[in-house]
Amino acid sequence: MRVRFQKRERWRLRAAAVFRHLKGASRKIYMSKSKKFFSAAEKAMNLFFMICGFLAVACVLFITVYLIISGLPAIREIGLIKFLFGEVWSPTSSNPQYGILPFIMTSVWGTLGAVIIGVPVGLFTAVFLAKMAPKRLAAAVRPAVDLLAGIPSVVYGLIGMIVLVPAVRETFDLPDGANLFSAVIVLAIMILPSIISVSETALKAVPSEYEEASLALGATKTETVFKVTIPAAKGGIATSVVLGIGRAIGEAMAVMMVSGNVPNMPGIFTSVRFLTTAVASEMSYSSGLQRQALFSIALVLFIFIMIINLVLNKVLKKKGE
Amino acid sequence: MKKKISVKRRAYRLVLHGLMYAAAGLTCALLAGLIIYIFYRGLGNISWELLSTSPSFLRDTIGILPNILNTLYVVIITLIIVLPLGVGAAIYLTEYAKNKKLVSVIEFATETLAGIPSIIYGLVGMLFFVQFCSLEYSILAGSLTLVVVTLPTIIRTTQESLKTVPQSYREGALGLGAGKWHMIRTVVLPCSVDGIVTGCILAVGRIVGESAALLFTAGMANNVMNFIDAVKPGNPGATLTVAMYIYAKERGEFEVAFAIAAILLMLTFVINFAAKVAGRKLKK
Amino acid sequence: MSGIMETKGLRLWYSSNEALKNVNMEIPKNQITALIGPSGCGKSTFLKTLNRMNDLTEGCKIEGKVTLEGEDIYGDMDVNLLRKRVGMVFQKPNPFPMSIYDNIAYGPRIHGVHSKVALDEIVERSLRQAAIWDECKDRLKKSALSMSGGQQQRLCIARALAVEPDVLLMDEPTSALDPISTSKIEELVLDLKEKYTIIIVTHNMQQALRIADKTAFFLLGEVIEFDDTEKMFSTPSDKRTEDYITGRFG
Repeated sequence: MRVRFQKRERWRLRAAAVFRHLKGASRKIYMSKSKKFFSAAEKAMNLFFMICGFLAVACVLFITVYLIISGLPAIREIGLIKFLFGEVWSPTSSNPQYGILPFIMTSVWGTLGAVIIGVPVGLFTAVFLAKMAPKRLAAAVRPAVDLLAGIPSVVYGLIGMIVLVPAVRETFDLPDGANLFSAVIVLAIMILPSIISVSETALKAVPSEYEEASLALGATKTETVFKVTIPAAKGGIATSVVLGIGRAIGEAMAVMMVSGNVPNMPGIFTSVRFLTTAVASEMSYSSGLQRQALFSIALVLFIFIMIINLVLNKVLKKKGE
Repeated sequence: MKKKISVKRRAYRLVLHGLMYAAAGLTCALLAGLIIYIFYRGLGNISWELLSTSPSFLRDTIGILPNILNTLYVVIITLIIVLPLGVGAAIYLTEYAKNKKLVSVIEFATETLAGIPSIIYGLVGMLFFVQFCSLEYSILAGSLTLVVVTLPTIIRTTQESLKTVPQSYREGALGLGAGKWHMIRTVVLPCSVDGIVTGCILAVGRIVGESAALLFTAGMANNVMNFIDAVKPGNPGATLTVAMYIYAKERGEFEVAFAIAAILLMLTFVINFAAKVAGRKLKK
Repeated sequence: MSGIMETKGLRLWYSSNEALKNVNMEIPKNQITALIGPSGCGKSTFLKTLNRMNDLTEGCKIEGKVTLEGEDIYGDMDVNLLRKRVGMVFQKPNPFPMSIYDNIAYGPRIHGVHSKVALDEIVERSLRQAAIWDECKDRLKKSALSMSGGQQQRLCIARALAVEPDVLLMDEPTSALDPISTSKIEELVLDLKEKYTIIIVTHNMQQALRIADKTAFFLLGEVIEFDDTEKMFSTPSDKRTEDYITGRFG
């Protein structure tokens, strides 16, 4: 009786095993077929995505290499020191000179001026929006700030040209209002939105525990914001400033329309030319060494931008820690 | 007698409050002034004739129809090219790339790309697309340049929305035996459509506002052409912003410039509003 | 015994939701008063009304009277000066992202102490009072965020003490800490009651029993019972108190 049972049991097990094997095999066949089909598409897409992923890197490398290749010949011919520190830019005179110090200094001073005016206004506005303003008012101002960011730069240039330049001329009694001062004002307005929105985000991200602790020590709301919240948000605020610097130094069209576009060494009320506008203003008609020198100017501008990007990256990383 | 905080502290509060209100007031006044002034000078100059004709030296009239069409063409061509590339890059970064260092290199490159000024794009675009690829000044060359300009925007917004797709959805799909691409196509992408749309809107904003990158790539022509011609090399065309720059700076036609400025401002309104709506949907 | 703080007919609403219903309490000076009760019973809300931290909450409406040494704190008193006299320590340690020194000096600086000598003295005294001086005297310039959770909480206590308050409010100060840190803070609180009046919200009934002189039991926005701790835990007069203490709900 018992043996028979065992025998039967053994059969049952064996049958089950065979059945299982068959089922597994059939599944394997099915799988392998669809897998092959799958994997071809999968592989193709994998490759496509990888190419896309590296596209940004390729673009950066390409732009860098291209600018270096096209920018170096002129520098080599003119001489680096003469190029960077020469104070006279007159490529079309009988004795052509290719000094871009006026452009560099104008870009530096213009950006600095824009930051000096734009950052305090932007930061105080951000604090107002993030901490002080009634909710409804803040909700009304915020889209307005976004709008300010979205307005094309030529529109700023147009307004600057029609409104600001004559106003500057009359206020300061100058022969021409198209000068560094006007450019600084326009740039300051143009960097406002990025400073406001990035700083506001940073201020809002400060944990409310910090503020509560400060208030509980008897600090007023204002003291709390300026002594605790702002220091705690300094990473984000620094980011906004660096972004603003990047935008100001790279802006071309708006400053072209208000700065007078003359290659002078900068002074507040002198007509000046920026690195960006130096490239833009002569590109359409230049040739030969002059044209190559424009590429070199672009290379210098690019180096400035890369430095700013590296700083930004450092600031962001620090903030992340 | 009521005890109060010290005079010094009250003065501190007063001064800072004053500064804050002054700054916020200044920002608002600037903005209101800008908008009102542009509309005041521009709206009156917008006429059906301006919108529907080409400029003619013979009749001495100005029309911006070609510029409107060119803007549209540039937007369409750029988006068609940049969308798959940007979304693909974002997918690679969030779904495929395993190496953290690699991801950070790509992200740094994207950031860098976003920080490069338009004028440099214009210059390199001119050297590469216009001259080296001999596309000449053309809508196509301009659009290809703008593909690089808008690439970081698309990558970043898509990446952000891809990150919000819960990991469990992916695991669920993969657990059912779906391949990775299949999983992305059927589960991840549908969930992040809003982010991609937001990216597109932002990119449109950037394209519409762009001038420096287009000046030396797409050229300054004002002829009406059809879409087929726009895709062909050697057919230049000025977009609205470029046309505005030329009318204001080189030809002194300020009425037309302000009319275009008013149109651009309205477009900015619409684009910002659309981006906000899409962004809000994204959050949900 | 005189009450340093007193509430009379205190009622509080968050928009339309009544969070405190007619609370009458007299907080004895230089003693530790514990507030216990299940979550959402209003004990933290009550604590916050004592230094007006509820002012920050939107839609919060308060009725009734709260006095500090006889003065109505919702009346004529300047809220910032009130908070100087009634300090607060929060549930989660919340040191500022600054150096240890600057954390302690923050309050005195706000209230007008700027001389280096005076600040040094205040910092040392406060850190000593909070029994953390020995652990951090060599790294006063280091970030406060580099400390452990327990140290951070004692730093927060030191920071609150630096402005020399009369009353110290503590909102579950040990709930985020490990047992060792907890017992250190309990010892500290017991030491502090000589100079300060302490009101502590706690979830932990053993803690109330260990450190509090008086205990108040809150339920659904009402004070059910307020008595000497020992009496409350041994012979509670209200059935609901007994149920809560013996763990029948909560």
